[in-house]
Amino acid sequence: MGTDVSWLIGGPQGSGVESAANIFSRVCASVGYSVYGKREFYSNIKGEHSYFAVRVADRIIRSNVSGVTVMVSYDAETIFRHAIDMAQGGDVLYDSALDDVSTGDVRTLDGPFRARLEERLSSAGRPCTVPGALAEAAAAGASVVPVQFGALLERLAEEAGNPRLKGMKRMFNVLGVSLSLGLMRAPRGPLEDAIGAIFAKKPQVAELNKLAARIAYGRGEEIDSPCGPLAGAEKATRTMLVQGHQGTAIGKMVCGCRMQPYYPITPASDESVYLESNQILSVRGHRPGSSLVVQTEDEICAIGMAIGGALAGARSATCTSGPGFSLMAEMLGWAGINEVPLVVTLYQRSGPSTGLPTRHGQDDLLFAVHAGHGEFPRMVYASGDVEESFYDTGRCFNYAEKYQLPVIHMMDKLIASSVTTCPRFDPSRVSVRRGKLLREVPPTEGGYRRFARAEDGVSPRSVLGLENGIFWNTGDESDERGHITEDPVVRAEMMDKRLMKEGRILEEVPKEEQVASYGVRGHTVVCWGSAKGPALDAISMLKEEDGVDVGLVQVKLLWPFPAALLGSLLEDASVIIDVEANQTGQLGALMRQGLGRDPDHYISKYTGRAITCTELLGALRRIVSGKAGKREVLVHGA
Amino acid sequence: MHNDWCPGCGDFGIVSAMQMALAEMGLPRHRTVLFSGIGCSGKTSHFVNVYGIHTLHGRVLTFAQGAKLANPGLTVLAAGGDGDGLGIGAGHFVAAGRRNVDMTYIIFDNGVYGLTKGQASPTLKLGEKTKSLPSPNTNYAVNPIGLAVASGFTFVARGYAYDVRHLKDLIVAAVRHRGLAFLDVLQPCPTYNDINTRDWYAGAGCGPEQGGEGEREAAARHSRIYKLEDTDYDPEVHFSEESEVNARLSQALVKSLEWGDRIPTGVFYRNEIITPYEGRITDAIPNYAENPPAAQRIAGPGLTGTEPSTDVSALLDSLEI
Ligand SMILES: Cc1ncc(C[n+]2csc(CCOP(=O)(O)OP(=O)(O)O)c2C)c(N)n1
Ligand code: SF4
Ligand SMILES: [Mg+2]
Repeated sequence: MGTDVSWLIGGPQGSGVESAANIFSRVCASVGYSVYGKREFYSNIKGEHSYFAVRVADRIIRSNVSGVTVMVSYDAETIFRHAIDMAQGGDVLYDSALDDVSTGDVRTLDGPFRARLEERLSSAGRPCTVPGALAEAAAAGASVVPVQFGALLERLAEEAGNPRLKGMKRMFNVLGVSLSLGLMRAPRGPLEDAIGAIFAKKPQVAELNKLAARIAYGRGEEIDSPCGPLAGAEKATRTMLVQGHQGTAIGKMVCGCRMQPYYPITPASDESVYLESNQILSVRGHRPGSSLVVQTEDEICAIGMAIGGALAGARSATCTSGPGFSLMAEMLGWAGINEVPLVVTLYQRSGPSTGLPTRHGQDDLLFAVHAGHGEFPRMVYASGDVEESFYDTGRCFNYAEKYQLPVIHMMDKLIASSVTTCPRFDPSRVSVRRGKLLREVPPTEGGYRRFARAEDGVSPRSVLGLENGIFWNTGDESDERGHITEDPVVRAEMMDKRLMKEGRILEEVPKEEQVASYGVRGHTVVCWGSAKGPALDAISMLKEEDGVDVGLVQVKLLWPFPAALLGSLLEDASVIIDVEANQTGQLGALMRQGLGRDPDHYISKYTGRAITCTELLGALRRIVSGKAGKREVLVHGA
Repeated sequence: MHNDWCPGCGDFGIVSAMQMALAEMGLPRHRTVLFSGIGCSGKTSHFVNVYGIHTLHGRVLTFAQGAKLANPGLTVLAAGGDGDGLGIGAGHFVAAGRRNVDMTYIIFDNGVYGLTKGQASPTLKLGEKTKSLPSPNTNYAVNPIGLAVASGFTFVARGYAYDVRHLKDLIVAAVRHRGLAFLDVLQPCPTYNDINTRDWYAGAGCGPEQGGEGEREAAARHSRIYKLEDTDYDPEVHFSEESEVNARLSQALVKSLEWGDRIPTGVFYRNEIITPYEGRITDAIPNYAENPPAAQRIAGPGLTGTEPSTDVSALLDSLEI
């Protein structure tokens, strides 16, 4: 078997775990591996446990596994949280100074977890200490390697000629990564290159980190380990290492979104911050363009400003998460009745209410489908990973303008906090189609009618500031010019005009943009959004390991719901398995409603943690072998 | 669309003043946008022959700022009720003040929620009982002028719906002001507000029998309302020194507390020294004024080409591994 390593580093929030994971990911990606990393963190700024799990393999991977191959732990909490998840044959590299720490010493180890851990350790006859937890790892078949992080730091201080460094525990991160890369015999050059790239703006810091890396790498090399070697894999051409929010952000730049008002919220704001950090855009053969990013007083203002921008003719969007989207509901209806092209990028997290503010969930599908009172057309479109999200962003803007309606682009926390390799985005595959946008309006008798009756329900669209193009908008029902009416006949006509767009969408949007089919078999998984990653990985494992072929269908267009298309696709599937990161199976609900077909099994996860391909594989095995119930609930992960 | 306000409603005066002001300024109709909130006042955008965007209750400023920022070449006016702007929309009011986008906001201040049949609005005074209230108002009133001044509006004025000429002048000044202008317009609602009526504003209830020099004077003037420009009040911030700004701000705040027998109208505060929000955008985006979001070339070739014009290759290069 080839390389497939799951590496984990943990530490208190704010201690630099992220840059460590960043170095690790860059090194592995640069030697040709496929990388899939995800960050888990509390809703906290400093002190609570956060970790990065990075999976590295010599073939394309799209999800995390259960079980850690190499764990770097320089704090006790990482050991307590993750030693029980070590894989057979793995390595725990830990700071031997932690040997005296017991569970009671770690203030941030919350009650329920501590109780479960202590119970597990006691029933195995182990002390509730770091050595006790490490004994669990050893029992699972991992080797436990004590390392004196303090001694490494002392050496660094000595070689750098700076005694103050002895107390710089922040350096534990780079020491830890380098140690593990030494252990896995990864090539040295890329490690220093990665450090150089990450600290490009601070050459002195870079030099110090490189020195630390050399010291720790050497120490790692002394360790005898079955993990690795990470010698490298055949490198795909033009591979990027991207963070989850960069797909939609760069997608927006390319497709011409020029206005993004937003209100800060995890996990959505990274996208807006990235847009603003790269605000000035180079435009071929023209003066520079720009993304206008405005931090507003709340999400209502964010969507209101975006609508204002869209009325003025700019491609406009906002980006939010569940709580913010809840506030936007009334505005969404206004955009619907006034036929405003608008994109709302919705990075879901676990609700309800504030829920698990920094954790994953796909809880908001039905809310996106129904948000806002009254009946109006909308599109709900979901991307399965960061690469898709780049191309889908352009599509969402095209749909919004073609059909003149709000489009909700569903993303989620798992995608947002992942760091993955993917083929370089290809902007030439993006097109900008602005539908019936008018650049000029000829003078006509009686004046321009914004909502003129049209066979396809879509009227030529003027924008603010256009000569002869004056129109009115109102949240009330209106006539063709946009003036208020309560006439029953006009009302019915206008309702029909708007809502007929949903039928058009199902007819006109290319089928592969509605539903992505990876093959339909007797047993077929249906999923949407980021459940695609673990689902694809799990079915290929099932095929490789058990020789069992399971199909997979990823629904991308969630509203209007492509019931007929999906129904005919699934005709040959005798067993449908719905996989979602929520409690109730919301895609399943749409299938019951649209297809009249209830998925035979629901695999659900709602712990706030991502579905791993390993646990999904287990559930699929139970289903295929007829040992599963209707509902399979997944719970892996800290 | 025909106008459906109650006979005698103060809104008629306000919409006339708006039309006169727009005519006087000679603004091209298609470069002018009137946004409105929800309420009787919210219908205003349907009665003026420029772009008219009738938005949501409390949210008018959000739409208006978005359009103005996307296309700063537009002349943008926003209008709405006192409930709209100072109740449900109060958060946006304060935030808009802080931003100071170059546009004009007019509140129709009638002390009631007209369109929902006369409940107390945020400007109704404590203990007052207008005719459709079951019991006297239990809240203190907000001070719109004071709130605007404190929030950062850079032009703050008050007009009276039945003094159309004066109101027209105020609107012209507000639109011409470089920055966010606020106009609090006292607007009798003959249907629901039986306290602040046209007669009341005209001085009814003021008189010698109640004593006090101000009252006698108001009775003599046949109005509670007077104009600041007829006094030696100077609203203008003349130079950008903290002491000057603070003096004008505090003067305006003190003046805004005057109510009852003597009600000031006219300009309370004006500061054109402060850069509008658009100027602050230009600090980050140097060509914003010439190439704002709505004007940008996003695809080519030509006007209808579908190839994205934006070149992100440098960004993609930096992500490539
Ligand atoms: C979110 C929301 N809540 C409540 C209403 C009902 N509503 C319509 S108009 C109005 C109050 C109008 O009062 P004001 O803003 O003072 O305007 P006026 O009618 O007095 O001009 C209310 C509460 C609404 N349209 N939207
Ligand atoms: S209810 Fe009052 S504010 Fe509304 S139209 Fe009638 S008089 Fe005017
Ligand atoms: Mg009112």
